[in-house]
Amino acid sequence: MKIGVLIKQVPGAESALPLNDAKTGIQEGQASFLMNESDSYALEEAQQLIEKNGDGEVVAISLGPDRVQKIIREALARGANRGMHLQTESNGITDPLTLAKQFAKVLENESFDLIFSGLQSDDAGMGQTGIILGQLLNMSTASLVVGTELLEGSLKVKRELEAGWSQWLTLTLPASVSIQSGLNQPRYPSLKGIMGAKKKELKVIPESEFLLSEEKQSVQKIFIPESDKQTEMIEGEPDAIVSRLMDVLKNEVKVL
Amino acid sequence: MDILIVLESNNGSLHRMSKEAIVGAQSFAKEQNLSIGALAMGKDADALAQEASGFALDEILLAKHDLLSTYSADGFSEAVSQVVQAEKPKFVMIGHSYQTRDYFPKVSAKLNAPFLPDLNAFVWQEGSPIFIKTVYNGKLSAELVSSHSECTLLSFQAAAFSEENITIGSASIREIEIQLDTSQIRSSAEAPFQEEAGGLDLSSAGLIVSVGRGIEKEDNIAMAKDLAQALSGEIAASRPVVDAGWLPVSHQVGSSGQSVSPNLYLALGISGAIQHVVGMKGSKNIIAINKDADAPIFEIADYGVVGNVLEIVPKLTEAING
Repeated sequence: MKIGVLIKQVPGAESALPLNDAKTGIQEGQASFLMNESDSYALEEAQQLIEKNGDGEVVAISLGPDRVQKIIREALARGANRGMHLQTESNGITDPLTLAKQFAKVLENESFDLIFSGLQSDDAGMGQTGIILGQLLNMSTASLVVGTELLEGSLKVKRELEAGWSQWLTLTLPASVSIQSGLNQPRYPSLKGIMGAKKKELKVIPESEFLLSEEKQSVQKIFIPESDKQTEMIEGEPDAIVSRLMDVLKNEVKVL
Repeated sequence: MDILIVLESNNGSLHRMSKEAIVGAQSFAKEQNLSIGALAMGKDADALAQEASGFALDEILLAKHDLLSTYSADGFSEAVSQVVQAEKPKFVMIGHSYQTRDYFPKVSAKLNAPFLPDLNAFVWQEGSPIFIKTVYNGKLSAELVSSHSECTLLSFQAAAFSEENITIGSASIREIEIQLDTSQIRSSAEAPFQEEAGGLDLSSAGLIVSVGRGIEKEDNIAMAKDLAQALSGEIAASRPVVDAGWLPVSHQVGSSGQSVSPNLYLALGISGAIQHVVGMKGSKNIIAINKDADAPIFEIADYGVVGNVLEIVPKLTEAING
């Protein structure tokens, strides 16, 4: 069993997000980067699947500038067997179709049984790359996966539906599934893991091997959203707040 | 046709997000005088086509096939791809539902066409559309453009448009052929189930008192329930409260829970993460109480109280109960 896990490095939830001068993205130097949250769950799910089923390897794969090696090393320290870095000069591309084609070009010879990815990235949030990649590599696919179970020649996954519903489905192998956050408890790297990670393979694939300049969609501008609502801020001592809220409930929203 | 809307079923009726997509398409088409078709497929295709034929659309396409009677990502993505190839719409529009997330990326791959997902809005600029999407978990917005001349796939975020603004009319229905065989479907699905019994439908609730992380501990849920009772409303929660086990998942509002649009939504200690906001921003009146003055929930609130939920809520309940 060979599982490739797509991981992305994104600004963390607490990161500053100052816009760059051209207003086409954020100032990278000011941001603090982490492994994307749902990717972290995807990595853990892949590791647990291999641990339960004996033989196999987990390959942590990331595309981006050199800074992304940090999260590949982190994945290796957490127990991934090897890493692949699809090295780009900049991090400009956001078109998931182009990104998936780039991954496909490099990964088609790996013959993964499974590709895991996080549901969506916490930066652009396109939520497509893993599924498109699966389609390009002729794999079965599923998204919003909250549970996995390996069967003989197939993968059973639990998919989250809307409004509290779920569904089990069985996918033929090979399969590419994107994982919802919260389905497991991602482990922390152990000291032994961190030491061992240094000896593991981290293959750097230069951009010339997967370069595609064509983008079918692009970000033209980034901006701070403006609220179109007039929010009345109610301030003061609790009693004054309650008295104004009573007035709102009675005379404005009219629910009393 | 210029625009193709792909309809989704919710227990035999049009999914709320499909109606919102129709509103989005109608408004998008108006400025440029574009024609709109809508595709109904799956086991409820007849009912969906019938319902959609009552709206101001040019044509409803009805795709019936045994292999579309249960949803599969392979079947549905192949069906949409075939319809797009036959009808050649410039834009394909759909609600950004869970089902859409599961199969629309495959349509993108099959058609080699870009999929701009989870959009809030669009603007026409010199005859070209620019699409707005929230990025960085709702902290920033982006203007996206498609550079593909043939077909662009678009999905709209829940409540990006209000279904109340739908233009009614009458559209003809045309049945179309889809070619599918069993070898193309690489998954088999079991029946959907609810994680717990006793489902609660919040979608028609008129008043909702909703609690978030700011309620601090399970014992404090009671004071929110007291307030809900005093206002004759329902109690709901954001994901962290449900994940902590303080309220059942049937009470969860947001992208992984229910979408609600009550007359009043009282958000207690909810920060306003985008995953929650998409489920409740259609509420007519929003009152938010949060001790963090920078909480994003205040951006969408009509009334914002910067203060301690644990102090204000019992006093408010007392005042209501007189």
